[in-house]
Amino acid sequence: MTSISSALPVRDAPAGRVVVRHSALVRVCHWVNAICFVVLLMSGMQIFNADPQLTWGQTTNFDRPFFSLSARENDNGDPTAGVTTIFGRAFNTTGVLGASRGDDGSLEEHGFPNWATLPQYQDLALGRRWHFFFAWILVINGLVYFANLIFRRHIRELWPNLADLRSIPHAIVDHLRLRFPSGDEALHYNVLQKLAYLSVVIAFAILILAGLTMSPAVDAAFPWLLTLFHGRQAARAVHFLLATYLVLFIVVHLVMVVLSGPINNLRSMITGRYRIKEAQR
Amino acid sequence: MSQERLIRPAQPRLTRRRLIIGLGVGAAAAPLSACSFDTGSPQALNILEKAEAVTKAAQRALLGPRTALAREYPPGAISPWFKPNGSTDPEDPEYVALRQGGFKDWKLEVGGLVERPMKLSLADLRALPSRSQITRHDCVEGWSCIGQWKGAQLSALLKTAGLKPQARYIAFFCADTLEQTLDNTGRYYETIGLIDAFHPQTILAYEMNYAPLKVEHGAPLRLRVERQLGYKMAKYIMRMEAIDDFARISRGRGGFWEDRGYEWYAGI
Repeated sequence: MTSISSALPVRDAPAGRVVVRHSALVRVCHWVNAICFVVLLMSGMQIFNADPQLTWGQTTNFDRPFFSLSARENDNGDPTAGVTTIFGRAFNTTGVLGASRGDDGSLEEHGFPNWATLPQYQDLALGRRWHFFFAWILVINGLVYFANLIFRRHIRELWPNLADLRSIPHAIVDHLRLRFPSGDEALHYNVLQKLAYLSVVIAFAILILAGLTMSPAVDAAFPWLLTLFHGRQAARAVHFLLATYLVLFIVVHLVMVVLSGPINNLRSMITGRYRIKEAQR
Repeated sequence: MSQERLIRPAQPRLTRRRLIIGLGVGAAAAPLSACSFDTGSPQALNILEKAEAVTKAAQRALLGPRTALAREYPPGAISPWFKPNGSTDPEDPEYVALRQGGFKDWKLEVGGLVERPMKLSLADLRALPSRSQITRHDCVEGWSCIGQWKGAQLSALLKTAGLKPQARYIAFFCADTLEQTLDNTGRYYETIGLIDAFHPQTILAYEMNYAPLKVEHGAPLRLRVERQLGYKMAKYIMRMEAIDDFARISRGRGGFWEDRGYEWYAGI
């Protein structure tokens, strides 16, 4: 989640202008969010492992979840393979999903492997403690970011206009050729950046609502949440799918950071300063 | 407010530059540090557990009028199979004997900080004002099932017994030993606050899905606290007490699962 703040030129240099790209508030929010997301993702996988299946609706369909991580066992009850089932189709995911190696090297039944979860052993109670603590920080941080988005009109930098939408095919071609903007063009987000960042803001909001819908007390206070998500189990599925979407976003985000000048990009998110490469004449 | 102090991500005394650098380094180190420091250390838990108080305060505020009801479902929504969890067939000799007698000799003992301690048979409980409800049971593990429950309203029973002014919680002591321990702390028990105890949907259920409660679901009597998670809803209840503090019961955290790290406030 970034936003180019009023892009004031700091100084002109032969290699290009240096501008303030992100306001201090956006930079702080970005890193707090990054820390929270890592903790929430890992503790979330710990919580998911307590019941590693997803169904739609109010209740769990134990016979036919649309997604499940499970282990195949031999006659002694020892896991022999990890199985990921999606809409009834089973995939062998031994070693990563369903069954993975424990500390002693033997195959154990785990939805997600120990190295991906927080804590790094099965402990639902502790996973919940981490999840809810960092969920609060994420929510407070998100409210600060959202207030900035609305009251300081930063939403304008993320909201695509008609010209932006028309330029989508062009932007896709540019991205595929790894042709990054220079000069004045680099002062603003291109349409794909706008859509990606906007989608992340919206995904976080829905993900938090879906998380709250899993709370029986919140459901009593706001029964419309159950209607909105088509039930508690559906909300659990939405929560999981949106987390997956955010992981995919982060992978693309990190790849783009590296491809388009990692030092310059990182500096702009730490100190705010971003060097604009001038267009070739 | 203490809430703000808890969650504020940065100390105002830090300079901006230091803060930014610190956060940047922190973000980079977070995945690594999760591996290298003890994520369950008492120091870490001390901080993490603060979130429970914030959640409880926020949810109590959201629930506003104390009678906000959990959603109730039509009979068609009842789950074809309701997953039994925790103890499903207690082997404790006292329970086995009662079960073999069809619970005819079973009596619920009501004591502690009440004006009129009493012992109630199933027939006595059925004579109390009752409530039938079709509700969703949410397990802390993540799954949900819908079932019909009928039972005596806990509020009616507490009014009959008369709470003493010092009473703050209701404790439920169960027949089942869920974990074998040397000091008997593996015996199931639970405590709830008075807000939930007097909630209209809080019942001592003797009937499930229009039939007498089965052993796997807690026969002869289990608690339903519909706005909290399944582990609060003690099964195989033998005795209940009004108490002012749960610190002296078992391992002191207010319930079998609470003693094992789970939140006392199980609204989320």
